[in-house]
Amino acid sequence: MVLRMRYGKLIFVILLTAMVAVTAIPWFSGSHSERLILATTTSTYDSGLLDYLIPFFEQKYRVRVDVLPKGTGEAIEITKRGDADLVLVHSRTLEEQFVNSEYGIHRVGVMYNDFIIVGPSNDPAGIRGTNATSAFIRIAEAGGKGNVKFISRADKSGTNILELKMWDSIGIEPSHTKYSWYWEAQTGMGFTLRMCNENNAYTLTDRATWLTFKNQLTNLDSLVEKDEILLNPYALILLNPDKYPQRNYKMALAFVKFCISSEGQNLISSFKKEDTTLFMPMARDFEKATRLGFPNQAQEVSWYDSQQ
Amino acid sequence: MTPLLEVRNLYKTYDGVEVLRGLGFTVDKEEFFVIIGPNGAGKTTILRILDLLDYPDRGEVFFNGISSTQYARVKYVLRRMMAVVFQRTRLFDMSVFDNIAYGLRIRGVREADVHRMVERTLSLVKLRGFEKRNALTLSGGEAQRVALAQALAIETELLLLDEPTANLDPASASLIEKVVASINREKGVTVILTTHNLFQARRLANRVAFLLNGEIVEVGATKDFFAKPQDARTKAFLEGKMVF
Amino acid sequence: MNEMLEGFLRALQLIFSLNPEILNISALSLRVSGLAVILGSLVGIPTGTALGLMQFIGKRSLIRISNVLMRTTVNAFMGLPPVFVGLVIYLLLSTSGPFGPLHLLYTPTAMLIVQLILTIPVVTGITISAVDGVGEEVRDRALSLGATSWQLASTIVREARGGILTAIVASFGAAISEVGGIMIVGGNIRWFTRALTTAIMYETALGEFEMALALGIILLMLAFIVNLSLAFLQLRGVRR
Repeated sequence: MVLRMRYGKLIFVILLTAMVAVTAIPWFSGSHSERLILATTTSTYDSGLLDYLIPFFEQKYRVRVDVLPKGTGEAIEITKRGDADLVLVHSRTLEEQFVNSEYGIHRVGVMYNDFIIVGPSNDPAGIRGTNATSAFIRIAEAGGKGNVKFISRADKSGTNILELKMWDSIGIEPSHTKYSWYWEAQTGMGFTLRMCNENNAYTLTDRATWLTFKNQLTNLDSLVEKDEILLNPYALILLNPDKYPQRNYKMALAFVKFCISSEGQNLISSFKKEDTTLFMPMARDFEKATRLGFPNQAQEVSWYDSQQ
Repeated sequence: MTPLLEVRNLYKTYDGVEVLRGLGFTVDKEEFFVIIGPNGAGKTTILRILDLLDYPDRGEVFFNGISSTQYARVKYVLRRMMAVVFQRTRLFDMSVFDNIAYGLRIRGVREADVHRMVERTLSLVKLRGFEKRNALTLSGGEAQRVALAQALAIETELLLLDEPTANLDPASASLIEKVVASINREKGVTVILTTHNLFQARRLANRVAFLLNGEIVEVGATKDFFAKPQDARTKAFLEGKMVF
Repeated sequence: MNEMLEGFLRALQLIFSLNPEILNISALSLRVSGLAVILGSLVGIPTGTALGLMQFIGKRSLIRISNVLMRTTVNAFMGLPPVFVGLVIYLLLSTSGPFGPLHLLYTPTAMLIVQLILTIPVVTGITISAVDGVGEEVRDRALSLGATSWQLASTIVREARGGILTAIVASFGAAISEVGGIMIVGGNIRWFTRALTTAIMYETALGEFEMALALGIILLMLAFIVNLSLAFLQLRGVRR
């Protein structure tokens, strides 16, 4: 049967198919090197640390590390389902739940960064330079008088969970319906910061995101920092191979060893943004680790050291 | 000599209405056979059955002695022995040239020959120059001429026409009649044509059959048929009275 | 307002500087959705034609019933929310799922699978309509001129070519703008499974608006080209 197409149309179709075919080549040429899947939080990933750190590991072990950026809860859930090999998060309660479920094993502290309280440069609540707890109390009081606003991420992220812990420690259960000065943005850190800038409001943020956006946030200043309560420790947790023997346990183990090795810890501390170190290594500082919520740090580290 | 076409005892019911009742006739080679009758008598149905687009409930059709029911599996072989033009033809969404070439191409004719035959047929129906126009943009008369060209291009033994000039302007109608008549006369193509136009029947046929309510009431050579109709119903129809 | 304009200009800068990440993301979207459309058409057009032609073949009730059943299935699949498809495929490909050992989760292949489940029903369904629309008279004409079954099928496809092209173009539009399903099974991994739509979601959530805008502009352009082609094709059909 003779199919008569005008040549113009035929050429167009051929061109189109060629275009798609060309972009499809990576599919087939993809070197099937080994693969490690790491689940982590979006803010961790967006800090840029992993893009800096991981290539060193990939080169050494000839493996491709794929990072899944998710919310804290989702990252752990995915690992629990066996769709990731290990998880890097910063939320103690959820981490401990994960370990208690026996799906997560050998939780170990890797590094910490810190949160800071930012707010309008003229600081109507008068929190500049105080400690974190006092700051929160003063913000609540000023808010009650109608002088200030506080914007929360309200998205169950690590940042949000710490913020809620602070409110809880001074006896407040914050919600917009109860406190009109408390706004719930339900969004990421960058957007929340911009909202604060527009509305001259206070918020709790991680230092990395603050540094990224500082130049655009002309109405805001960093007001409270370096309080130990505001330290944000990160944990690596392995997926229990007994639950999912088909996953890449060996490589996950190697990754954790790498991160807590002196080489890894040095790399972490050498990662800078705007000339500031964002993450402080803590794997081998057992005292600090214990204070930051890792009572078994010494045992875990020596366990890792003993593994091949 | 085997007649080209033999129809025996055809019965067909549509939606509970019996359209054909024990219909039968024969057509010999090179005849110009015209079936006349009022609308709804079943003329279109007969042609559809002849072309194997439809199937009778009972009865048989023979082409050159070959039973169409026996060879139902390779209908297209039988269909290729004849060509049809219906009252309102839907042409293909392509150029006029491609439409006429269709029948030739599906038979695997070489492109050079296709070109020659299409051009020749186009001249016959006086549509030279229309090759590149899209067939769906043609007027009724032009479209019907293309349909005829489609049928003529494949040079079949048998040509079936169902009220081919019913809705046409006089010029197209007369052209179509002339072409069909000359095909029959000069090439010996057998023609079966249905119409309710008595003048047309008289002009073209060498044998006429009268179809009424699904039966052939009377059949005969043209001159005798019109001069001395045997059946009372035939007479009434020829005189223009409504016959039921 | 000034800030928005600045952001828009910076986004354009990103595009014209051939930012490698933007290229990677665009290429991924193009090849996942492109392949989904091509494969979807290879499957959908013959299937749709067969289902459309079936009504002519059998007056027998068995054929009629199976034809109705199959058409209903196609219609049902056409209405499936892509994000639901993504969820189901995720559960199937998950490590604890039946197809876990295939290691397809969080790869472009998984994204392709989700999009195929989107494009195949769309192409099939619209092709069925197109073939239905061709009408019995065309079929009768082709048969009376002596067409065999295969020749008839290709003639009808030719007649329905306008509608079939619409099907292909429409399925591309649906695939390239899909976001939920490919997010779930792809994981939005940087440089690997990050497509235009999922990247926009990610960058927006982080407040990286220039990047999000740049990607959005490219997505818009692609969708625009698709819609233009569709309008063009439809107009050509009307001009008769």
